[in-house]
Amino acid sequence: MNSIEIIAAVSIFTSGLTIAIGSIGPAIGEAWALARALGAIAQQPDEANTITRTLFVGLAMVESTAIYCFVISIILIFANPFWNHVVAGG
Amino acid sequence: MVDISPDAIVFLKWGPVTLNATIVFTWLVMALMVFAAWLVTRRLSVEPPLSRSQNLLETIVDYMRSQIREITEDDPDIYLPFSGTLFLFIAVSNLLSIVPGYYPPTGSLYTTAALAICVFFAVPIYGIAKMGPVAYLKRYMQPTVFMLPFHIIGELSRTLALAVRLFGNIMSGTMIVAMLLSVIPFLLPIVMQVLGLLIGLIQAYIFAVLATVYIASATRVHQIKPQELI
Repeated sequence: MNSIEIIAAVSIFTSGLTIAIGSIGPAIGEAWALARALGAIAQQPDEANTITRTLFVGLAMVESTAIYCFVISIILIFANPFWNHVVAGG
Repeated sequence: MVDISPDAIVFLKWGPVTLNATIVFTWLVMALMVFAAWLVTRRLSVEPPLSRSQNLLETIVDYMRSQIREITEDDPDIYLPFSGTLFLFIAVSNLLSIVPGYYPPTGSLYTTAALAICVFFAVPIYGIAKMGPVAYLKRYMQPTVFMLPFHIIGELSRTLALAVRLFGNIMSGTMIVAMLLSVIPFLLPIVMQVLGLLIGLIQAYIFAVLATVYIASATRVHQIKPQELI
């Protein structure tokens, strides 16, 4: 294997691994937050507006870690800087 | 090959100036919003038979005011111009993505970074205008002076998070539809596009809410109770 093939194989493997591992944590966290928010709404239906707004903002914060992983895996596949470097150099 | 952002679509290249799809569609969204606002506010009425468009605009503004009042527990008029503009621009540019041939300008990291930098500079501007420079800068040394680097890192990282969050969500929506079109070009892309509309609106709401929260946390005057002084 020359260096281009090694970079391609490692990039594809790592991008899959990135999104796989990076989506587990936020998924568990979001499910937990959603379950707690539903419980809170069931207990206090009058506060549903405040709880929902806080839930959305919190979910966006939690989700951003998954989005970072997604961006990195997209960069590894479609805009890999090491790949471009090797192709341009050799 | 799927384009990662609308920056790659170049309409016109003239020396160092490049006119790409991001700039063109940003101008399009701006022109559309200004034209719509001019069309509605041309003939306003206070009498009960309101025009439908005036009713729509009043509902949007009233809803934004009530949301800002709930978040900041303050007069919404000072926050409304900034946060409301952010929300309307991002929402319109995301929702137009169902129009064929349109690429949302928020799917480019440059647009979202520009919006996040606006928030980054708006926070000290609002804070100094409300509390004065000394009291504002003193907030960075609360509770001790050793917290200063962490406050600065927090300001920078939340700006980065704002930019990457919006970019990632919108770019992933566009990209998933483009990938599905080449794999399953029947029915499923439409469902994903509907989901993209929902995500676009939620992200616009979240961006505006976070900007409001950041500004409100900088302008909130720390009230010292009399018994704490003793």
